[in-house]
Amino acid sequence: MAAALLRRLGQTLFVLFGISVLVFLVFFATPGADPTARIAGKNASPETMAKVRHEYGFDRPLPVQYATMMKKLFITRDLASYVDRGELVVPEIIEAAPVTLSLATGGAVIWVLASVTMGTLAAAFRGTWIDRGLMIAGLIGISIPVFWLGQVANLITQARYHDTWLFSWVPGLGYVPFTESPIGWFKVLIIPWIVLAVLFIGIYGRVLRADLVAVSGEDFMRTARAKGLSPARVLLRHGLRTSMITFVSLFGLDFAQLIGGGALLTEVVFGLQGVGRLTYQALSNLDLPLIMASVMYSAVFVVLANAVVDVIYVFLDPRVRDGR
Amino acid sequence: MDAEAPILEVRDLSVSFRSQGRDVPIVENVSFAVGAREILGIVGESGSGKSVTAMTIMGLIDAPGVRVTGSALFRGQELIGMPQKALRRLRGRKIAMIFQDPMTAFTPVYTIGWQIDEQIRAHEKLGKAEARSRTVRLLGDMGVPDPERTANRYPHQLSGGLRQRAMIAMALSCNPALLIADEPTTALDVTVQAQILDLIRTLRADYGSSVLLITHDMGVVAETCDRVMVLYSGRIAERGPCDAIFAHPGHPYTAALLDSIPPLTGPRPERLPSIAGAPPPPLERPVGCAFAPRCHFTHDTCHALPPLQRYGQQDIACVLPKEGRPMPPRVTEYAQ
Repeated sequence: MAAALLRRLGQTLFVLFGISVLVFLVFFATPGADPTARIAGKNASPETMAKVRHEYGFDRPLPVQYATMMKKLFITRDLASYVDRGELVVPEIIEAAPVTLSLATGGAVIWVLASVTMGTLAAAFRGTWIDRGLMIAGLIGISIPVFWLGQVANLITQARYHDTWLFSWVPGLGYVPFTESPIGWFKVLIIPWIVLAVLFIGIYGRVLRADLVAVSGEDFMRTARAKGLSPARVLLRHGLRTSMITFVSLFGLDFAQLIGGGALLTEVVFGLQGVGRLTYQALSNLDLPLIMASVMYSAVFVVLANAVVDVIYVFLDPRVRDGR
Repeated sequence: MDAEAPILEVRDLSVSFRSQGRDVPIVENVSFAVGAREILGIVGESGSGKSVTAMTIMGLIDAPGVRVTGSALFRGQELIGMPQKALRRLRGRKIAMIFQDPMTAFTPVYTIGWQIDEQIRAHEKLGKAEARSRTVRLLGDMGVPDPERTANRYPHQLSGGLRQRAMIAMALSCNPALLIADEPTTALDVTVQAQILDLIRTLRADYGSSVLLITHDMGVVAETCDRVMVLYSGRIAERGPCDAIFAHPGHPYTAALLDSIPPLTGPRPERLPSIAGAPPPPLERPVGCAFAPRCHFTHDTCHALPPLQRYGQQDIACVLPKEGRPMPPRVTEYAQ
């Protein structure tokens, strides 16, 4: 167990190192990315430029610059933005992380529950209009762009029907920390959650249905029926339980991606200051410290989520347990 | 109930699948009976309809477009057309099934014991502990070493032979009157095969079960069965007591099948006789005898469907005996 943890830790460090080097090199290879000119301001004299370059260490060799940046990011945690001078990057991420975490987690709960229900129902009523209806609904959910859906949701709940009994409870856009008011947190996030979940409900529902249909042809499903079990039990305890293995591996990837800032569009539409939005901001300003910090953050979560998926795997699939 | 009455009596069972607007007959007018404590073998090559027959009796065929006609009486109860709910009460409790490949027949994510417990508790009001103790006892009876520990193992952790023993234990868990074994030894190696067949033979003494043994292996039949039914291309070729059929097969197909078993005594044949060609696909079945295209004795009268006729102790779907030209008795005695 300890060895496995250590190995995982080593892998994480290696991944982080690789990604950070890549981000760093790509940044300095990008034309027009030279941060000196930005920091020095427009029409700065060559002397100012040289001074800035020296102050920020841009005149030093790249490995040294890299090491300095990593030190500032991870050890002293005083890495400052190149664009907003004096703005520290690490606290910015720490402030944005709970927003994204809340958004992704809530959305994930909704999409897992809804897609499992949807996929299972469709498989149980395979070939009927229930199946077809659910699958078409899933396809529509996949096809709707999340920013459009978000805007429409806002239009309905914030403007058009905000004064009716149905949506008068919807608070304004923005984020309310859970620690401040759990109810407020829930109210402000429930619509973003649903909007974020719609796409995934469609994908997961369809994937699960296909998986269940494939599993239903397996020998062990026939055995389960030959045992005299009820169709519901055969489908849920034998079929769904086995299909969960695929479901979880898919989920791990998507969830990690969202935590790492993949919910950008939802965050923007609903005015949530999350990591996705921060990353977007950093990229549009070519702000290396912020890019580096958000990429590192997201990489940590991807690796972490993969580790969690691996652990869940071990619980779900006894064959994996012996394989390691 | 009369002790002589058969446990299972199948009459004129036909199964057809709908494919591309046509009904494809898979099984045609198959009739047989399994007596109490009897082992009936159903023999045939792949696609002869033996598994479909078994699945139909179990009510496990529910693909759209399947048409089943005829009758299958289990202790006087009609199984064909029985509502699924009632069938479910029989399945696993009165009629149990063992499958060909024990590798894939268990759900991979549960322990063997869990799966046997599940079947017991689906049919009987038993607590977890009681079900488990029966599971362990059954596994022990089936010759599984250290049954308590084995019950807690997952299917992939067991060898093929052990898995098949566990499968049989599961099938026997509710003391079924009829056990349908669909090629139970095909996926196993030969020594394990013999052990499993031994086990199946002892079942009728220990558990009083009748067995319907489906196989494509004449050797398995010879070792295990009381009576045998040979299917060819979805139709009965020959049916009768095992000894009689092995001593003097009445249908050229049966004779050819028996000839293809290597003899245990006498000179070693250079090449084993084989049956040239392949059985016809269901849609291209001849109107007459389905075996005619591959038969050495084909003549004019074979173009009409031969009825099943009594000849000696056997029922034979061939015109030869009636025409006074029965198959000669076999020269080589089969190894007893």
